[in-house]
Amino acid sequence: CCCCNEVGCKPGADGDDSLYPIAVLIDELRNEDVQLRLNSIKKLSTIALALGVERTRTELLPFLTDTIYDEDEVLLALAEQLGNFTMLVGGPEYVHCLLPPLESLATVEETVVRDKAVESLRKISQEHSPVDLEVHFEPLVKRLASGDWFTSRTSACGLFSVCYPRVSSTVKAEIRQHFRTLCSDDTPMVRRAAASKLGEFAKVLELDYVKSDIISLFTALASDEQDSVRLLAVEACVSIATLLPQEDLESLVMPTLRQAAEDKSWRVRYMVADKFSETFVSLQISLCFNCIHSVLTIWLSDLCLLCPVSEQELVSDTNQHVKSALASVIMGLSTILGKDNTIEHLLPLFLAQLKDECPEVRLNIISNLDCVNEVIGIRQLSQSLLPAIVELAEDAKWRVRLAIIEYMPLLAGQLGVEFFDEKLNTLCMAWLIDHVYAIREAATCNLMKLVEKFGAEWAQNTIVPKVLGMANDPNYLHRMTTLFCINALSEACGQDITTKQMLPVVLKMSNDQVANVRFNVAKSLQKIGPVLDSNALQTEVKPVLEKLATDTDMDVKYFAQEAISDANVEQRLVQQAAFIFPADQTCCSLAGSQDRSEQRNTVVSITACNLMNSRIACTNPSQTVSFPNFFQPDLHAPVHSLFSAATQIEFDQTNE
Amino acid sequence: MSIRAMSSAATTSPSVDKVDGFSRKSVRKAKQKRSQSSSQFRSQGKPIELTPLPLLKDVPAPEQPELFLKKLQQCCTVFDFMDTLSDLKMKEYKRSTLNELVDYVTVSRGYLTEQAYPEVVKMVSHNIFRTLPPSDSNEFDPEEDEPTLEASWPHLQLVYEFFIRFLESQEFQPSIAKKYIDQKFVLQLLELFDSEDPRERDYLKTVLHRIYGKFLGLRAFIRKQINNIFLRFVYETEHFNGVAELLEILGSIINGFALPLKAEHKQFLVKVLIPLHTVRSLSLFHAQLAYCIVQFLEKDPTLTEPVIRGLLKFWPKTCSQKEVMFLGELEEILDVIEPTQFVKIQEPLFKQISRCVSSPHFQVAERALYYWNNEYIMSLIEENSSVILPIMFASLYRISKEHWNPAIVALVYNVLKAFMEMNSTLFDELTATYKSDRQREKKKEKEREELWKKLEDLELKRGLRSDGIIPT
Repeated sequence: CCCCNEVGCKPGADGDDSLYPIAVLIDELRNEDVQLRLNSIKKLSTIALALGVERTRTELLPFLTDTIYDEDEVLLALAEQLGNFTMLVGGPEYVHCLLPPLESLATVEETVVRDKAVESLRKISQEHSPVDLEVHFEPLVKRLASGDWFTSRTSACGLFSVCYPRVSSTVKAEIRQHFRTLCSDDTPMVRRAAASKLGEFAKVLELDYVKSDIISLFTALASDEQDSVRLLAVEACVSIATLLPQEDLESLVMPTLRQAAEDKSWRVRYMVADKFSETFVSLQISLCFNCIHSVLTIWLSDLCLLCPVSEQELVSDTNQHVKSALASVIMGLSTILGKDNTIEHLLPLFLAQLKDECPEVRLNIISNLDCVNEVIGIRQLSQSLLPAIVELAEDAKWRVRLAIIEYMPLLAGQLGVEFFDEKLNTLCMAWLIDHVYAIREAATCNLMKLVEKFGAEWAQNTIVPKVLGMANDPNYLHRMTTLFCINALSEACGQDITTKQMLPVVLKMSNDQVANVRFNVAKSLQKIGPVLDSNALQTEVKPVLEKLATDTDMDVKYFAQEAISDANVEQRLVQQAAFIFPADQTCCSLAGSQDRSEQRNTVVSITACNLMNSRIACTNPSQTVSFPNFFQPDLHAPVHSLFSAATQIEFDQTNE
Repeated sequence: MSIRAMSSAATTSPSVDKVDGFSRKSVRKAKQKRSQSSSQFRSQGKPIELTPLPLLKDVPAPEQPELFLKKLQQCCTVFDFMDTLSDLKMKEYKRSTLNELVDYVTVSRGYLTEQAYPEVVKMVSHNIFRTLPPSDSNEFDPEEDEPTLEASWPHLQLVYEFFIRFLESQEFQPSIAKKYIDQKFVLQLLELFDSEDPRERDYLKTVLHRIYGKFLGLRAFIRKQINNIFLRFVYETEHFNGVAELLEILGSIINGFALPLKAEHKQFLVKVLIPLHTVRSLSLFHAQLAYCIVQFLEKDPTLTEPVIRGLLKFWPKTCSQKEVMFLGELEEILDVIEPTQFVKIQEPLFKQISRCVSSPHFQVAERALYYWNNEYIMSLIEENSSVILPIMFASLYRISKEHWNPAIVALVYNVLKAFMEMNSTLFDELTATYKSDRQREKKKEKEREELWKKLEDLELKRGLRSDGIIPT
């Protein structure tokens, strides 16, 4: 092809006019079909490349600037492209050529387009030399800042901070003036934009100007007539506070912050709450402490009122979000305030909230207990905690019960085994016979986590007898729960307890009159098989499974056969492993190991290897490298070597 | 034995029936309570005590204005309606007082002293101005979800009722009231239009309409603030419950615009009303919006071109339901279009209509094809058939052979027949060249593809070189 040759022989030269007439390219950008037009714009860099840097500057960019009226979708793509165009117009020396089209894009109505144009302008501002910044960029910002329609003024707000640090002091003064003007703009849209950039702008200003200019703007915006403006000013508070020396905070920031915390609009109060911990870190604690109690009281009333009052199902996301933000902020404060203050000021609040009529509020407090625990220890709370937990545990809504179950392991860990045995154990067992399956399931899982925490011995003494006792319950659902518990607990309890205590019960249940129980016996045996020693497997489990495989119920039959074949597959795979990797000693010894659980790991990894091998065989060799990484975190070191062996073999094969 | 029988047979211990997983025992209310919300947040605490006052009609006429003021002051007290049990007696007392006030301003004469104005505005402000509560559902969809109703409505409704009677009263003097009903008051009033409660928005509509009518000095300000609300709605939040109500008021405002239209009004049309079409929830206020647009065009036909171009720019790409609405609005516009204006926009317009006609969504195609049942539109098409027929022909011809929906195919046949009768020479010509035209298009398409392929090759080469993979 001649075009390729052309390029090949004249590297570095600009594109050839005869090959890529601008008219043809521009036709593409004008195509009647929006989708095609959009595609062309997305490949604008290709077109620029074909034209070469000079013609991109003199022909393409003027065209783009003049014909900016298009669908927003196309404009968005254009705004994004132009941010990466510096090299295509000839490097930083010529980057200012990109300003005219981006300036027009920064004035369009559609927010996403405008934002993207501003983003691109911010990006290329960094590529301007200080001189170009003053000659080309800053005048553009000024034009935007004094534009007729609000859109251009909104865009200007985002550009001040990128040019301020690199211009002369006269120009700096002008920029500050423009920003001030926009903060008191006639339209709330512009004031919102200015307020949202206040923090960012403050960061690039000299400290004196932060004190003289920014603080007054901050105060003005924080008392704007529209709450949408006020709350954005509050957001800026965090960055402003970090810039000021401690001694100025009380006089310059706190009055406004206090006022915002008591704003009549809940949106503003919410923003203060949301930003509270962040601000606190930067403010001196003693300064804020005076106001904290009153503020928290207001928030607490919000907290209750933001909850839906009626008997609705789970609350919607927004409210949940608002509330958890507030709750976690209050809980998070304890780490900042320290032990004594927490006990004096926060503890009463927690206790009040633990009695809140809305279960979600109580849950939020309980779910954030770890913060308090770090500071004052959970014992301080335990007396009030218990009634709250008991009440939640018996809540009429099962989702609430579910939520509290999920916190049980955490609570158990923090309250310790004694307290747990004394107060909470009965609750955990009661959930096992809840009438909602999800609760029983969660309760089972909870027991497993508790055993992981407190150990097998504790399990043997406290929960295993109770769980096994349920095997004789007249209700078949309870009997099945025993099986589910055994499934969950066997691994954590270990081989001894499983074989000696659990297995006999499971085997006995294979004679249950309800088919559901019987097929769950088959499933359980399959599940706990790996924990048992091979002797028990052969002499006790296998005969029972074989018997179940001839059951009259077809489901029982099915699951029994599943369990049997699963055991067989395992064995076959172990043999195979030894066959596939005869050279790898680790692997062979693992496969021959008497320890069932280690064997199982090998089997799993070998299965994985086989799976991979088949994949590797049909893919590009250069991609194989990434596959083993996928499995690595889960596997033991010996298995890693197995993997590398597997991949190596495949590599060799493909290379041949 | 079935499991069901088993488990019921096994019901012996008392805890068992609680566990029966098969009966749906979970307590669930048949119907959820209607959601209510209120932003009168801070009124909890001590119970509220109001000293009962005598009825206005029971005191001599000279003492009535004084008592009227006292009652207004009492009604400034705001109660917490989320707590249904608190202050029951006092709530009832305030309700009856408000009722009395409503009657009083309707029938009495001579009660409106100059001192009464600030007290009325204060009472109204205390009751109605509040930050609206957060919506109950995250993504409140007015079409699907039940609105959250204002809990304090028993009082709020009477306050609104009272305020409207006050504004409509024969004794009402805007020259005095304007000191109290000012820009700040109007701004807060406008913010309330976001209320989720349709009853409240309905009252607000009447209130704002009266204020607009009586306070000439506030008119420009009201229009500007509505502008801001709409712009925020379109470009920032897409959430505002009172758009339809505000548009309804604007419809009557536009109706009263003097000619020639001011630049401000034209800007409002092009920069605010047209972009309102882009909002996702268009269906909730489309009727009111289309009414406003048509009002503008009836005032000043020269605005037709920017309006239609605007609609074409924002034509829905993926939402067929909105596309049908656009087609409906366009027909309303075409109903009042002047032939001279029609000529200016017919090309882009019919390119779009031709796309709609060939839409695979039959409702869209059908809506577009209905244009040919409109006599006035037909007459416009006939006059300009030499331009429109070539634009439409290819789509129509193709659909007549390919569309999946027989009703559409039938409609298209009618349209083709109409065109044939209109301009048979051109029709025959287009039929004859249809094939070659398609081939030319295909060839062009191929050329495009080749061009891009070449461009991509070039990019690849350059890209590789700049990465240092091919040495230069």
